[in-house]
Amino acid sequence: MRLVTVAGPPSSGKTSLIVRTLLALRDDGLRVGVVKFDCLSTQDAAVFERHEIPALVGISSGFCPDHYFISNIEDCAAWGERLGLDLLVTESAGLCNRCAPHIRGFLAVCVLDALSGVNTPRKVGPMLKTADLVVITKGDIVSQAEREVFAFRVRQVNPRARILFVNGITGQGAWEAARIWRSASENGVLEGGRLRFSVPTAVCSYCLGETRIGSDHQHGTVRKIPIPS
Amino acid sequence: MTTALSPAPFDAARFAEFLRLHHLPARADAGSPEAYWAALTWEQREDTGLDPETLAARYAEFLTLDRPPGREMALHSLDVLRGRDKSGAPERYDLRFAPGDVVCLVGPTGAGKSRLLADIECLAQRDTPTGRQVLINGQPPGDAERFSGESGLVAQISQNMNFVIDLPVGEFLHMHAESRALTDPAPIVDQVLRAAVAMAGEPFDADTQVTQLSGGQSRALMIADAAFLSPKPVVLIDEIENAGVDRRAALDLFVRKGKIVLLSTHDPLLALSGSRRLVIRHGAVQDVITPGPEEQAMVTRLVEIDARLADLRSRLRNGERISAFPA
Repeated sequence: MRLVTVAGPPSSGKTSLIVRTLLALRDDGLRVGVVKFDCLSTQDAAVFERHEIPALVGISSGFCPDHYFISNIEDCAAWGERLGLDLLVTESAGLCNRCAPHIRGFLAVCVLDALSGVNTPRKVGPMLKTADLVVITKGDIVSQAEREVFAFRVRQVNPRARILFVNGITGQGAWEAARIWRSASENGVLEGGRLRFSVPTAVCSYCLGETRIGSDHQHGTVRKIPIPS
Repeated sequence: MTTALSPAPFDAARFAEFLRLHHLPARADAGSPEAYWAALTWEQREDTGLDPETLAARYAEFLTLDRPPGREMALHSLDVLRGRDKSGAPERYDLRFAPGDVVCLVGPTGAGKSRLLADIECLAQRDTPTGRQVLINGQPPGDAERFSGESGLVAQISQNMNFVIDLPVGEFLHMHAESRALTDPAPIVDQVLRAAVAMAGEPFDADTQVTQLSGGQSRALMIADAAFLSPKPVVLIDEIENAGVDRRAALDLFVRKGKIVLLSTHDPLLALSGSRRLVIRHGAVQDVITPGPEEQAMVTRLVEIDARLADLRSRLRNGERISAFPA
């Protein structure tokens, strides 16, 4: 089974891209499924169900979403194997911009929204910089010049990635995305594998449910802003 | 990746820019990526998520973008070899496009115009649903050409497109020129501006905010920018509104710049102005029409009518009362 990690800021068009691409793959005879990771709630399971794509939903709620992702990915992959899938996609938002779900040896996709402006590639962290494929959505409503600048700025922070413009509404570009997903490695091993980028280290009292403010309540790893005196 | 074997002298300003773009802590005193790494605290190193080799490799890759891309393709001909329609029946025409061609696509929504353009964009090799094959300068493109970086030969302009960035026109064009690694962008920026103003009904200048442009002005700017600043040899246009932009001047500009123009339009003046007209139906090119003398004569009449309408439009804009149909 191929495993593809898809990450991108909220509302960048991840779900539309995934649906369009998976439908193209299914037309080719592949069995496909999705694991949707979210923080609070998600209505996307209904979207996948409507297209009869098996979907598993994980809501991290009070748990750090990226840690939640990495501690569940093996079980999710096992679920996909049990269903006999040829390709499983994980969808997650890069919430704090410091994390990325991308795993060594597995196809890593980052989704960015052209409408969010040409400065976006400079603000997004490792989920963009460590991706193999960068999909730019909503390119049909911004000028050619802005698309070219956007793509250039993606190349500036990730020159290795393939860049693809996909229209999540009409599906234009999804066929090309499907081709790339299809050629993803089938032999990646999760157990003992490694993330492409470490998730932030922070074990402090707030991680454990503390809500009070003040240095008396701050234990564990605490970092302060260097403020000139 | 072509990393230079003889290392260029260390450029502190480019290295600082690299650090900024990669969200790495700034350090003015580092004389090389290695020295930079050595100067970081262990905590900072941990934060970067990198190791010294990856850092040096990324910086080398970053520097390659400063050079104008060598692969800026000289396109002499573009062939689209016949595929099949939606029922699988073979298409009847092989198409060849050359720089300066203006080819109009006509056909109802859903007929397959977008798929034809998509085939060109992804350089189809009998592996798309239509089975068409695209040749560049008579040759099938290599895999590297198809799948390296941001491939694609096609610049697009459609009625749905807007400028979303909030910058003055001049700064905006400089930003686009910067992404092309042009050594002297000022003359080209100036050309784009002059061409855009000449096409637009109402004047604007380098200090106008792009978001303040009228529909016609921003379409004119997109057209001039695609002609002079976009590296793409093929321009796909989905209709040009007839208000506020000189459509014939726009086509002439692309022809002069040696672009291949594919124009999806049902505007009579434009559709008849092309050197050929492709009739798309049921997912395939059903007919290729070369305008004959009757159609060419009709274009001359349409140009006259268009000029009269333009005149009427500008008089209305000036607040005139119209008493008779303009002669």
